[in-house]
Amino acid sequence: MTAGASIGPPRTGGPGTGGSGTGQSGTGASGTGASWAGLAGTGELARLAFRRDRIALPAGVYVITALVAGTAYTFRKLYPTAAGRAALAATGGANPALRFLYGRIDGSSLGSLTAWRYGMWAGIFAALMAVFIVIRHTRTDEEAGRLELVGSAAVGRQAALTAGIATAAAASVAVSVLLTIALPLVHLPAAGSAALALGIGCCGLAFTGIAAVAAQLTSSARAARGIALGVLGVAFIVRGVGDSAGAAGPSWLSWASPLSWIQAARPFAGERWWVLALPLAAFAAGTGLAFALAGRRDLGAGLLPDRPGRATASGLLRGPFGLAWRLQRGALLGWAVGYAFTFAASGAAAKGVGQLLGTSGALERAITRIGGQAAITNAYLAAIMTLAGLVAAAYAVSVILRLRTEETGDQAEPVLATATGRVRWALSHIAVAVIGTALLLAVAGVAAGLAYGLRAGSAGSQVATMLGAALGQLPSALVLAAVAVLFFGFWPEASVAGAWGAVGLVVLLALFGQVLQLSHWVLDVSPFTHAPRLPGGTVSAAPLLWLGLVAVALTAAGLAGLRRRDIG
Amino acid sequence: MANVIEIRSLHKSFGRTRALDGLDLTVRTGEVHAFLGPNGAGKTTTIRILLGLLKKDTGEASLLGGDPWHDAVSLHRRLAYVPGDVTLWPGLTGGEIIDLLGRLRGGLDPKRTQALIERFALDPAKKARAYSRGNRQKVALIAALASDAELLLLDEPTSGLDPLMEATFRECITDERQAGRTVLLSSHILAEAEALSDRVTIIRDGRAVETGTLAQMRHLTRNLIDAELAAPVSLDGLAGVHDLAVTGTHLRCEVDHDALTEVLARLTAAGVRSLVCRPPTLEELFLRHYSAERVVAGAQG
Repeated sequence: MTAGASIGPPRTGGPGTGGSGTGQSGTGASGTGASWAGLAGTGELARLAFRRDRIALPAGVYVITALVAGTAYTFRKLYPTAAGRAALAATGGANPALRFLYGRIDGSSLGSLTAWRYGMWAGIFAALMAVFIVIRHTRTDEEAGRLELVGSAAVGRQAALTAGIATAAAASVAVSVLLTIALPLVHLPAAGSAALALGIGCCGLAFTGIAAVAAQLTSSARAARGIALGVLGVAFIVRGVGDSAGAAGPSWLSWASPLSWIQAARPFAGERWWVLALPLAAFAAGTGLAFALAGRRDLGAGLLPDRPGRATASGLLRGPFGLAWRLQRGALLGWAVGYAFTFAASGAAAKGVGQLLGTSGALERAITRIGGQAAITNAYLAAIMTLAGLVAAAYAVSVILRLRTEETGDQAEPVLATATGRVRWALSHIAVAVIGTALLLAVAGVAAGLAYGLRAGSAGSQVATMLGAALGQLPSALVLAAVAVLFFGFWPEASVAGAWGAVGLVVLLALFGQVLQLSHWVLDVSPFTHAPRLPGGTVSAAPLLWLGLVAVALTAAGLAGLRRRDIG
Repeated sequence: MANVIEIRSLHKSFGRTRALDGLDLTVRTGEVHAFLGPNGAGKTTTIRILLGLLKKDTGEASLLGGDPWHDAVSLHRRLAYVPGDVTLWPGLTGGEIIDLLGRLRGGLDPKRTQALIERFALDPAKKARAYSRGNRQKVALIAALASDAELLLLDEPTSGLDPLMEATFRECITDERQAGRTVLLSSHILAEAEALSDRVTIIRDGRAVETGTLAQMRHLTRNLIDAELAAPVSLDGLAGVHDLAVTGTHLRCEVDHDALTEVLARLTAAGVRSLVCRPPTLEELFLRHYSAERVVAGAQG
């Protein structure tokens, strides 16, 4: 039995040597080189990874493909004439805020516009998918101790890392293949389609390499994910600065970011295929470095040392609310930073949005009917505030569902065995949800108002207006949080699916409800139908009051359910 | 108040699974009560009902004179609990968790906490994700022992501890008993119960099958002898010898405490090649003493 020889690396043994020594004795029997012993069992682990991701992975691949192909299809309907497309490309290319958000435009064909509008963003989504897949199948399993069990079987030291990389790479390749097939179907040129598809897939591959390195650095999966997503954020900002800079500015910065390589390959505008070698080189370098690092560390350990923490609890960590705040504050900080950047950029883009929409004949007619240039800007700002509200609702639901994670993870048990009642325990997380959601919306309003106001020359009044507009979304977002509480109280097993299902339904109604001309009766189901449309609309207190009451009632009902049921 | 825990005919089912099937349990004030049973016998379910985390189906359960479901919060101020499988928040340090659990329970004595941390040799500045299973258990134990609780509910508290720390744990429990605290100690290790407890309740399939002091349960603490001898020896008819099985020079039997000296003398006289003498494991006891009962119950059902 070679299995006995390759029994897992010691948990707290010396650096690497013990593990690799036993690995080599295992290969002696099978007669292959020492480097292949580390890969034993990779196929099994990759199959396991695909099995565990059998829903999320195809869904992610589908969303990215549909996003790009759907955009190409929509642009054909919205901008049927070459003149209209040229005008859109001119305004979109002239607005620095839009260049920051979407990158530069090469050419004005349908393909060019598609690559501009969603090329880089599809790359971001591909990168997100790669990061989550890699970390989930490497560091998360390692931190949870599952890799220790797996590693004790006839499985090599590098098998889990290889399987994680292979799964993420397969997802990126699938995106490339599907887009290469799908884009010509919506009548885009084949060569450009392939360049865009490969650019997006290669961006996923580059971040697969980055995530593989991040997974080696820290002992915590959360921190590893944070490092990889931090690199993604820096890559976005670096290329944003480069792209929005004029000819005189630091436009060379764009080349430093993997996200801009998609557009640097110039899909639909005289493809530069050699640029695709850059992300592939990043993938090779990242995975190579990750394997080298993985061979030098112990199972469970990171390369960055665990900092020792406080030996006693601070005054903040006093009761259930202190605990809930401590558990959720890191995530809230990340969300707030993301909100600040996203809505500052969206707000800054509002200045030129009137001209932009004006280039589409059909849209222009539709919007001028409502009330001209100012109405277009207001409609745009109101739309991004609705978006801020929808995303804030998703944040609020994720905070509430932490209760369920604490319950199933057995962390709730020792807390509930103290003088903390169930209702107080649940209320402490609900309080974090309310405070955090309000904070995020305030950040969105201030950031959008400041960015738009600075460009329009009225920062003070815009900040106040947009802050009010953002906070107008709060009651609607909290209704969804209350739905999550209701599920948690009465149907805990279904709470994750139920609460996210409600969020999905509301998002669908907000995005497509008007387009599909659904009846008011159906649209009224969504709390965001009743939120004030600001700026530009009128506010009345009654709907806000009703939304608040519904949120309170649903929460109270959920808590009553929680008091009656079994825990665990 | 004579009894800290009073359970009569307690039933609890999860779907079609019967976890508790008419359990009786009495824990008197100031005693260390061992709650023994194999895995899945219903020990943890019982403790969770006592903590008000689960709702009983039928039967009576009182804890510190109150109702564990309705008076949960006020009762929890007077007890401390150590779960069998301690899961901690990976981003918090051991020291922070000890303080937090103490504060949630209504305060803890910093001096006593410090003393316990030293006694159990725990590094409180480490993040919980870096702790081994034993260290996680120490965090929960220190938080419980540093409280002023009247009652300690300990669910298999030593399953992750090394022998040295197990000894420390036993000292602590002895101290607690002298301080007048009541302890309910769930375990599947008979030796631990023998060393620490005043009274024992044995539970199987959700029902108490034995309860009493250790002296009353002497028949459960027979020694198991497995010997390889130089020459055959006869123990037939000797009082206190049970389940004797001899094959040539190999001998297996169970021996009461009183008969042990006599049996060993006879074995030594014959010449001993190898000798194992140990108390039977709880599982062995269950197999031997209660398997007949299960067959009868099965035939009836």
